[in-house]
Amino acid sequence: MAEVHLVNLVKRFGDLVAVNKVSLQISDGEFFVLLGPSGCGKTTTLRCIAGLEVPDEGDVFIDGLRVNRLPPADRDIAFVFQNYALYPHLTVYDNIAFPLRAVRTPRDGVDRQVREVARILHIEPLLHRKPHNLSSGEMQRVALGRAMVRRPKVFLMDEPLSNLDALLRVKMRAELKRLQTDLKATTVFVTHDQVEAMSMGDKIAVMDQGLIQQVGTPDEIYNRPANLFVASFVGSPAMNLVPCTLKETDGQRRLTVHQSAWELDAPEPVQALALQGKVNSKLVLGLRAEDMEVLTEPVSEGVPVEIYVVEPLGAETIVNVKVGGHIVKVRARPEFRAPIGAKVWLRWNQAKVHVFDAETTKALC
Amino acid sequence: MLPMFTVREKVWHYGSVGIVSVLLVIYMVPLYWLLATSLKSQHDINAVPAKWVFRPTIANYRYLPFTTVTDQRGIRIVGTSEYPWRFLNSIIIGAVSTFFALALGTLCAYATSRFPVAAKDDLLFFILSTRMLPPMVVVIPIFLMYSVSLKLGNFHWQLRDTHFGLTLLYTAFNVSFAVWLMKGYLDEIPKDYEEAAMLDRLSRFQAFLKVVLPQAMPGVAATAVFCLISAWNEFAFSLILTETKAATAPRTIASKLGSAGVDWGQIAAGAVLFLLPVAIFTFLMRHHLLRGATFGTIKR
Repeated sequence: MAEVHLVNLVKRFGDLVAVNKVSLQISDGEFFVLLGPSGCGKTTTLRCIAGLEVPDEGDVFIDGLRVNRLPPADRDIAFVFQNYALYPHLTVYDNIAFPLRAVRTPRDGVDRQVREVARILHIEPLLHRKPHNLSSGEMQRVALGRAMVRRPKVFLMDEPLSNLDALLRVKMRAELKRLQTDLKATTVFVTHDQVEAMSMGDKIAVMDQGLIQQVGTPDEIYNRPANLFVASFVGSPAMNLVPCTLKETDGQRRLTVHQSAWELDAPEPVQALALQGKVNSKLVLGLRAEDMEVLTEPVSEGVPVEIYVVEPLGAETIVNVKVGGHIVKVRARPEFRAPIGAKVWLRWNQAKVHVFDAETTKALC
Repeated sequence: MLPMFTVREKVWHYGSVGIVSVLLVIYMVPLYWLLATSLKSQHDINAVPAKWVFRPTIANYRYLPFTTVTDQRGIRIVGTSEYPWRFLNSIIIGAVSTFFALALGTLCAYATSRFPVAAKDDLLFFILSTRMLPPMVVVIPIFLMYSVSLKLGNFHWQLRDTHFGLTLLYTAFNVSFAVWLMKGYLDEIPKDYEEAAMLDRLSRFQAFLKVVLPQAMPGVAATAVFCLISAWNEFAFSLILTETKAATAPRTIASKLGSAGVDWGQIAAGAVLFLLPVAIFTFLMRHHLLRGATFGTIKR
């Protein structure tokens, strides 16, 4: 197993900068997730690590060795494609044996290793089949088997779960995570699904428009988003973001949400920055759905709001409330129900208030 | 339960079967007539009105490899004819030119399908444009080029009337066709497969041979059939650029239209034998051809 190190990686396609000065440190045995919307450059970054794309600038190191000029075959990595790319003219057995035969492994060695991998992945009964006779879940396992059999330094996976149906995806998520832990394999996993990223990753790098937005553990990404993009991309439902301004009343700095009566104390870091005159007038308030609650009785530190719609989800209920001109999603007890237009009160956890600069999009706290 | 058809659907169904049947008969009549003529005696061939019922004979086939004279004592063999050798020439030139057209065309198609090539579209159009002129237009300049002789001491060499010359020409002629046909097939094969193979430690060329080519087999088969047919049937170049050594079967059959009368029996027998290799080859490739015809329409 190995470390992967990217330094100021740049990849352009014509005028488009697909990957813009990306630097990442991926540790040995780590499950590293590249998360971002489609077209954000995550797959291109992965292909640069694989050697399928040659970076225009910057360096790729695998185990301390600069591999920029090394062809994919010599990098000792395995790639799992989104569509699995199983060789359609070969049986499952031959597909898994392919990387071994490519390096002229003796016949009994091939057989032993293929059967070993098939046992781990529970695909022994499928070995004689051709890929077109497999379900997508089975194809997925075979693709993993082909990647595993060679014991490569690094696993690269390009949205390997996105072609599976919803149920199977959840099942494979857990299995893949377990498999990676058992193999202690350095893995770079590309996905646009933030649930996959949160549930599987030891570390997540959030990408947008070719730039790394934030790198951190799932906890850090979720609880301390570095900017508006990360805040809005990670979490389901996404963090509520409403425009606000900082106002000074009676020597106290308070945040006022636009077009509403909602006012709240500015958190300490924002206060401090305000004293130094470093706070922009345009701010964005961020609060996650679980950091607020909807009350049917008036409370002193609450704001009166109106029910917009209620979404019961079984295990929880998402209540959409209208604060001035904004819709805010609040997580509530599963049995919570209220008619549209009902008057309720919104209360929030002051410790969980996020404030972003609307112009730089950076988090202030 | 049987599906119910409306009157309209029934009319359409039987009508289309009728039209196809008529077309089939129109296509098959010349073939039948060719086969019948090859099995008729000289007397039956010249009979007016034409005979539908006759006593079949294999004389035309028997005498095909020989030259004969007919006098009071009947038909006598006086020598061997050139037909078997010309037939062999056709097989050699057809097969070799098909092989090279396919090999060069597939590699060129792969390159244009996978790599950024400067002025790719113009290049592809240029390659196709070599096929736009009818052979008769270019045959004179090619004749002059092929007549240039190379002398090295006692060694004297020219392209005219050589197997190499005709193979070269047919290859050049077919390569454009092969490029375009193969490009269509190769474009359909996702490049993930060869990328996977390259990550599985094969070189690009190995990946092409082991992963791309097996998947392109229907295309290769279809292209091979078309290339072989066009080389096999070629007449104009063969007529003008060859005399004896490298002459192919079609011009030899035509040469039976001699001044001393037309030996229809021999022509028909020669033509029937001439049809067989391509028919057999196409028959062997039929599964690939069928897959080739529906390529890209199946969900992968």
